Amino acid sequence: MPLQSLDIVRRSATTLPSPEVRGAHTGQVAKLIDTTKCIGCKACQVACMEWNDLRDAIGSCTGHYDNPPDLSENSWTLMRFTEYENPKGDLEWLIRKDGCMHCADPGCLNACPSPGAIVQYANGIVDFQEENCIGCGYCITGCPFDVPRISKQDKKAYKCTLCSDRVAVGLEPACVKSCPTGAIVFGTKEDMTQHAEERIVDLKSRGFEQAGLYDPAGVGGTHVMYVLHHADQPMLYSGLPDKPRISPTVSLWKGITKPLALFAIVATAAVGFLHYIGVGPNETDERDEDAARRELEKTP
Amino acid sequence: MTNHWVDIKNADVVLIMGGNAAEAHPCGFKWVTEAKAHNKAKLIVVDPRFTRSASVADYYAPIRSGSDIVFLGGLINYLLTNDKIQRDYVLHHTDLSFIVKEEFAFTDGIYSGYDPVKHRYDKSSWDYEIGPDGFAKVDATLSHPRCVYTLLKQHYARYTPDMVERVCGTPKDKMLFIWDLIASTATATRAMTIMYALGWTQHSTGSQMIRTGAMVQLLLGNIGIAGGGMNALRGHSNIQGLTDLGLLSNQLPAYIGLPLESEQDYGKFITARTLKPLRPNQLSYWQNAPKFHVSLMKAWWGDAATAQNNWAYDYLPKVDKLYDMLQMYELMHQGKVNGYLAQGFNPLAAAPNKAKMTASLSKLKFLVIMDPLATETSEFWRNYGEHNDVDPAKIPTEVFRLPTSCFAEEDGALVNSARWLQWHWKGASPPGEARSDVEIMAGIFTRLRTLYAKDGGAFPDPILNLTWKYAQPQSPRPEELAREYSGNALKDLADPKDPTKITRKAGEQLAGFAELRDDGSTQCGCWIFCGSWGPTGNLMARRDNSDPSGIGQTLNWAWAWPANRRVLYNRASCDPSGKPYNPARRLISWNGTAWTGVDVPDFKVDENPAGGMGPFIMNPEGVARFFARGAMAEGPFPEHYEPFETPLGYNPLNPNQPQATNNPAARVFADDREQFGKAAQFPHVATTYRLTEHFHYWTKHVRLNSIIQPQQFVEIGEALAQEIGIATGETIKVSSNRGFIKAVAMVTKRIRPLHVDGKVLHTVGVPIHWGFMGIAKPGFLANTLTPSVGDANSQTPEFKAFLVRVEKV
Repeated sequence: MPLQSLDIVRRSATTLPSPEVRGAHTGQVAKLIDTTKCIGCKACQVACMEWNDLRDAIGSCTGHYDNPPDLSENSWTLMRFTEYENPKGDLEWLIRKDGCMHCADPGCLNACPSPGAIVQYANGIVDFQEENCIGCGYCITGCPFDVPRISKQDKKAYKCTLCSDRVAVGLEPACVKSCPTGAIVFGTKEDMTQHAEERIVDLKSRGFEQAGLYDPAGVGGTHVMYVLHHADQPMLYSGLPDKPRISPTVSLWKGITKPLALFAIVATAAVGFLHYIGVGPNETDERDEDAARRELEKTP
Repeated sequence: MTNHWVDIKNADVVLIMGGNAAEAHPCGFKWVTEAKAHNKAKLIVVDPRFTRSASVADYYAPIRSGSDIVFLGGLINYLLTNDKIQRDYVLHHTDLSFIVKEEFAFTDGIYSGYDPVKHRYDKSSWDYEIGPDGFAKVDATLSHPRCVYTLLKQHYARYTPDMVERVCGTPKDKMLFIWDLIASTATATRAMTIMYALGWTQHSTGSQMIRTGAMVQLLLGNIGIAGGGMNALRGHSNIQGLTDLGLLSNQLPAYIGLPLESEQDYGKFITARTLKPLRPNQLSYWQNAPKFHVSLMKAWWGDAATAQNNWAYDYLPKVDKLYDMLQMYELMHQGKVNGYLAQGFNPLAAAPNKAKMTASLSKLKFLVIMDPLATETSEFWRNYGEHNDVDPAKIPTEVFRLPTSCFAEEDGALVNSARWLQWHWKGASPPGEARSDVEIMAGIFTRLRTLYAKDGGAFPDPILNLTWKYAQPQSPRPEELAREYSGNALKDLADPKDPTKITRKAGEQLAGFAELRDDGSTQCGCWIFCGSWGPTGNLMARRDNSDPSGIGQTLNWAWAWPANRRVLYNRASCDPSGKPYNPARRLISWNGTAWTGVDVPDFKVDENPAGGMGPFIMNPEGVARFFARGAMAEGPFPEHYEPFETPLGYNPLNPNQPQATNNPAARVFADDREQFGKAAQFPHVATTYRLTEHFHYWTKHVRLNSIIQPQQFVEIGEALAQEIGIATGETIKVSSNRGFIKAVAMVTKRIRPLHVDGKVLHTVGVPIHWGFMGIAKPGFLANTLTPSVGDANSQTPEFKAFLVRVEKV
């Protein structure tokens, strides 16, 4: 399955059309994270650090299993642990691998004002090109999942690349490769959706009536999807948004506002041009120049 | 493991108890995931804590640490009284019909033959009644008042569901639900596997907990079948190899016991290990013990081992007692051990009672550390503030550190939990001056030999005559050692049925232990490994994972002891006539002339089932034992005894017999006994354990591991946190009668108070991985808290159940 298409189909703050000839004919990619198979071993975190050459600080224990305690420019993925007492009174330990969801309609890319700092590839991966990043933080505002982090060191935004470098040469992301229980799998979005359906049948047979796939429509679906035991309550999983969507500010900014602004700019230019054609250029004569000289001499 | 990792996928029910496979064996745990995903298996976890294994379990039940025999004993009672046993299996493959001696008795928790002063049993009454024909007596109707079935039923009748709830704190509804699910595997077509680890072994009754689990599996017919078994998940990557090679102080390689002091006579020694059948037509494979032993002696001492000198029997030490680690540190503490080589071992952290360890190590003249890392033991004399508060001026011990390579920096074989010998190749060369352990030991040996050759000595023969025919005596190659363990012919071997036919030429590697001889014509350093490096080469290096069986029997992947057999006791997967109980998961079966199948038969290959030979060929009776005879220190049937630091102070099963409060056969040194704490002062039940993010005390030296689990913490339940007024993330002090640690409190719903015999008990979880060396945040060694007492059989320390007091700092 050739998944290596790194053709850029969308580029932040760019109006130039993208190449369209080579599509993802074999399907776009997706990573499926099955929270019901995950044992929270953090092998994916270590694999991510190793492949991407990241080393977060050796921190402290804050009284939770989540370590490091949050995503950062050096931690692009981490396990979030939630203790949940279900209505039957039994305990569930819900463990979710957090990180970029690679939205089909990425809020970060929509929000980004810097040309080419955020791109989306034909295979669906949303990638940050840090050399183009101006550190404005709009991507953070744009992300409904609170994923990008700006580095204090270089003021640039970082997040999971879905190992676009590995995927480009036909390998699965490092986290997928390292997962001992097969809780993280990778393939075409179609295959992953089908795999999820099989998992959901199994989960329903084990009493999880609300088991389901998390592939939220509000962001056009995602290229990282979850199998959840309680798909009716994504918030249980360390605040996974129930119905994520791009924030109204960003929608407005890149939605109606942007063409309006573009129209305003074009209109100003057009009025100027019409003025030039109709009235002619504004030119100065001798009297204007004299008046200007007198004004200048008045000033001490 | 009786079975193997891949085989777990064949299970219908997986019971994880006394272990936490998802957390401690995440890679092996994938096979549980497979069983769930593709075999509709149900996963049960029984544990004092809601662990990462529990997070993916179908059913979880809490249990008080140290009460597992009550839970399992109750289950035995439930299976027997509700007739949920695999009747055909237990009738033919176990000892239920055997009649026990009349003198055998059990009263108030104490078996016949007890000496309360020595804490030891005279086990002579713990045996079968022998008939005039020299065989054990049986009653196939199971109605004899002293047959094993009757005794078993009587013994566990006291383990009622009410008693289990009272002692274990496990809610009755959860317990009965789980028992019912387990009982569903009593049918021929359903299998349950039990996965356990240190959560059973690290108790003063640990060996008996494992036995109780095995008895449950026998009643359900789950031993010897695909998807079944008793599966010990080993910790260190080669700890199985350590046991196999006989590194325990009272063992020779491959489970031949070292001679005892009372066995000065070779004839007596070898007869005691050459077990004659206890029933007609039983294989009793230990009848071959002389072949194994003589071949070992030939491997070690070559031409110096002759029939005339009883195969160099005098060269072997004769042990007066077990020299396990607790014994050694006790002797060190008494000043009787003056020098110590810690090879790949960090006893300051790994042995119980750190204060005693520090005192013991301080009495040494010299201490040699062979390790890739700067361990706590190597720095025991240095002050690291409150984490190691010692005065170096008062410690005269001279410490030498010999840096070694680590496993990834050398070739060789590791034996995994599944008994597979897997050859591996080094990934990098060792750094700096590091040498392999083999090189260091060879260096010490050759120097010692030179000294003995020069200066003589009281008895230099065992040193001077030791076989050492390696190409480079200072650095034997792993290939040379592996060939030696596997064994070869010293002379041309003739076919016993046709002496004109030579089956193996002198110098050739042997294909298996069936070729070993007791006349000195073969040598083999470890008989169960015989054939691992056979005539065709190194079978441990095989990497063919094709699985024609469809049930995970990859016989051409590496090599498993014994004889490349993947499921032990696999003859028991068939009924007496040789038909598989479950044809869909057939391992072997009788085809009319031979036993064949997808595994190497654990049986005489051409033995017609009509002859009645039992499947448990290592036992002289040919069947599996519910009644352990004299094999266990504390009794033939497992009985619950409280941990030595009991939160109750009495044994609810035997309240009127103080001798039966704790394991009556445990060896406790006087100074250690004085340091046991009482519940009045230390009311909380602590248990130590490992976390996925770390491996023992090694990975706190590794940056990546330290990033994902940086700092020491202790887990307590919300109720206890509220009681002492602590919030998660704050610091707490945990004290036992031996010392204290301070750590971040992790307040969790995953540990709940247990209601035990009218008391509310709080469990305190103490992960072990921190210390004062490495790059993770420095912490206290967890064994500062733990008591110095071991299991009565294995002397494995009781790290899983002891008393502490938790306070706000």
